[in-house]
Amino acid sequence: MTEQLDAGAYNFAYLDEQTKRMIRRAILKAIAVPGYQVPFASREMPMPYGWGTGGVQVTAACLVPEDRLKVIDQGADDTTNAVSIRRFFQRTAGVATTEATAEATVIQTRHRIPETPLKAGQILVYQVPIPEPLRFLEPRETETRKMHALEEYGLMHVKLYEDIARHGQIATSYAYPVRVEGRYVMDPSPIPKFDNPKLGNNPAIQLFGAGREQRIYALPPWSRVESLDFDDHPFRPSKAPHRCDLCGAGHSYLDEVITDDAGGRMFVCSDTDFCAGRRARGHRGRLAAEASAPPPHPSPTRGEGGAPSDGLAQGGAALASPPPRGEGLGAGGAGPEGTA
Amino acid sequence: MTAHALQGGFAEAPVQSARAFREILEAMARPGTIRRVAGAEPPSPLSVAAGVALLTLCDPTTGLHLAGAADCPAVRDWVAFHIGAPLVAAEVADFALGTWEALQPVSRFRIGQPDYPDRSATLIVESERLVNHGPALTGPGIETATWLNLPETAAFRANRALFPLGFDCLFTAGDRIAGLPRSTRVEKI
Amino acid sequence: MYVAVKGGERAIDNAHGWLAEERRGDRAVPELTIPQIREQMTLAVNRVMAEGSLYDPDLAALAIKQARGDLIEAIFLIRAYRTTLPRLAGSRPVDTAAMAVDRRISATFKDLPGGQVLGPTFDYTHRLLDFALMAEAEPPTPLPSPRGGGEVPGAAAGQEAPPSPLVEEGWGGGPPRVPHVTGFLNRDGLIEAAPSSGATPPDLTRAPMELPADRALRLQALARGDEGFLLGLAYSTQRGYGRTHAFVGELRIGRVAVEVEIPELGFAVEIGEIELTECETVNQFKGSKTEPPQFTRGYGLVMGQSERKAIAMSLVDRALRWQDLGEDFTGAPAQDEEFVLMHCDNIQATGFLEHIKLPHYVDFQAELELVRRLRAEAETMPEAAE
Repeated sequence: MTEQLDAGAYNFAYLDEQTKRMIRRAILKAIAVPGYQVPFASREMPMPYGWGTGGVQVTAACLVPEDRLKVIDQGADDTTNAVSIRRFFQRTAGVATTEATAEATVIQTRHRIPETPLKAGQILVYQVPIPEPLRFLEPRETETRKMHALEEYGLMHVKLYEDIARHGQIATSYAYPVRVEGRYVMDPSPIPKFDNPKLGNNPAIQLFGAGREQRIYALPPWSRVESLDFDDHPFRPSKAPHRCDLCGAGHSYLDEVITDDAGGRMFVCSDTDFCAGRRARGHRGRLAAEASAPPPHPSPTRGEGGAPSDGLAQGGAALASPPPRGEGLGAGGAGPEGTA
Repeated sequence: MTAHALQGGFAEAPVQSARAFREILEAMARPGTIRRVAGAEPPSPLSVAAGVALLTLCDPTTGLHLAGAADCPAVRDWVAFHIGAPLVAAEVADFALGTWEALQPVSRFRIGQPDYPDRSATLIVESERLVNHGPALTGPGIETATWLNLPETAAFRANRALFPLGFDCLFTAGDRIAGLPRSTRVEKI
Repeated sequence: MYVAVKGGERAIDNAHGWLAEERRGDRAVPELTIPQIREQMTLAVNRVMAEGSLYDPDLAALAIKQARGDLIEAIFLIRAYRTTLPRLAGSRPVDTAAMAVDRRISATFKDLPGGQVLGPTFDYTHRLLDFALMAEAEPPTPLPSPRGGGEVPGAAAGQEAPPSPLVEEGWGGGPPRVPHVTGFLNRDGLIEAAPSSGATPPDLTRAPMELPADRALRLQALARGDEGFLLGLAYSTQRGYGRTHAFVGELRIGRVAVEVEIPELGFAVEIGEIELTECETVNQFKGSKTEPPQFTRGYGLVMGQSERKAIAMSLVDRALRWQDLGEDFTGAPAQDEEFVLMHCDNIQATGFLEHIKLPHYVDFQAELELVRRLRAEAETMPEAAE
């Protein structure tokens, strides 16, 4: 779809100026009232609702030609939807892109906060599916709006307490609700609760865009952000109790990869830039040293027509789709005939 | 309409307004920091920064209140030509522009409603100069504390007491701009 | 040594190449042209225009071709395109009483001014596959059917009746003016009045949805809403979930002029005409202590010939009006404004539904870790778990 976007056919960063002004006004109000969801007239974007349209609109309203944009999904730069969004902005805004967290000025993310600490001058834009933290307790917008207005968050505490009664602990592992500056309860988007401590006291500007739900909210730098908890059940960020099998990191969030059909698995950093950086500096994990038959890094794209052709083990080949039948479209990977 | 009204807008709006917004965003997100903007040449008595803020944020969907000396034919014509914002009374304005004195009493501006605190005014306050000296500012966007030469403290303390309601301010002087959202706590000098 | 796989970009390119091939299908079969789709898949084109909120048959046909006939995908293409268009002017309200009708039926009166006109309807076709259409050659034209034909005054079956005496001639040779059925009822006070407020209706393409919504905003949302969703809701009201006893007072399909006020000229100029389907239902309403019994109204207006959608819309509109009319909320889905308005847009719905196929490794891993930990703790404390 994005191939049709010729430079010059659309305005800088795709959106028309009036739309950008509307979004910019919403962003400024969101900054002024941290954690409050500002309604905005979300536009139909050339990508589906639920696939980052809110984040894309916020990014489009913030980008300047001098920016270096990084786009990640699940912490990885190479997941298909991250690739698609990055291409969209390369074509419509002509901005430089990067995979290095430290070099990026604007980072659009889905489901993760990068491991590398952010700094002043950076903007982190979150894609948000359901911005309302109370939505699963009360489906009506008319009701949840009142609850925010009255600072009536008892329902949320009841829910968390019921978790404790049933499971002995709070059974929310991602999209873990936070309280911002002691006022608004906010959904941090479906980041793992491991990432929650990075929300507060962060030198970067954090903006949250929910396109389908037509909401923008924000955390100014250095905001006070507390994950909801109880004195006798304090918030505890968690991750799989392993080290990264590639870079050996013991303090990064991990993806689990099934390596065979017999219970074999490996754990790798979900933040691909962080992991690659550590390996470039010589860090090695449990499986990285087995140079003879290295396990392939899991392709975030599941190898759809893009299986590697550089002699690596083809562990994912069985999952690969058949290559296109057209001339010159074959990806050089293992096709059906190769796996039959 | 004067000939001057046709000049002084953004020559390349998409890029100039993008750069201007980033500066305004940084200013509002880090209260007290002083940023520089460029690209507008509004008629007297408007500062460059005030002109840039209007071009970047206002349009025919936002009511604008011009206060005091800013409410003059040259400015009205310039706004009509470049921005198209309807000129409205202070009580219903989305944006208001003038010196701190001209904007008084600021209690007349919209502060939003409990269920929609975003429906509040943004005041563009024309100032003689902006320096990081004066009342201390703390709160969201500020690591420890910072300082800004605000015209007074009582009005901003009263505004903070309304939080999450309240108006938000952009201070402009020449090509400089600083932000003071309602969330900032202002200490007496 | 480990090398990260960089498959994303190439995988996307290959998927798009493959998609283009699949769209074209067997190259031995001639490619569809846009005029063919526009002229022969008209009702699909109409649905795409209605739910895409853009009246442009050629672009709708293009979208259908590009989307391989997936109408929701085509609607999406149109929505994404329309949002980039500058808004040059707002039209004056269209006058549906001045519609040049191709079809106009009333289920409430046997005959009425303007007549009953069946028009090009499937209604009385026997749903038998017409294998003649499979033949490559053009089938013989069965009957001449000029626009405005097919009139059945009196709905008297099988009779060749003369044109209804109640059909008025239009002014200046224009189409006959066809007054609304609800107007006749209104004259006697038998139906609730529906005066124009004169207010500019809200526009949910330019302002976020705000609840509670007024009727104009609800109607806009329903007019763009998914036909299937509205059909199901309307059907549920007929089966008792928010029943409103609807009669089709009138259903009309035809072309109306679109006029735009030119400030410099001081008068309105016709810029074209569009095809619309309008449905007005007459619904029962028991009077209250303060009001004598009166019929009430449901309204549907859809771009193009989209009569199932227009009827469904008017039933849902009526069900949503329970509060205005002092009725009880029975908990029926069709009465629930927030439920209906927040879920009737198929572009929002399909995007969010389909997004769950995107990677969720991170949140799933968080759940996995939690469940493993809870299980481990439960196993070490068998007594406590009882």
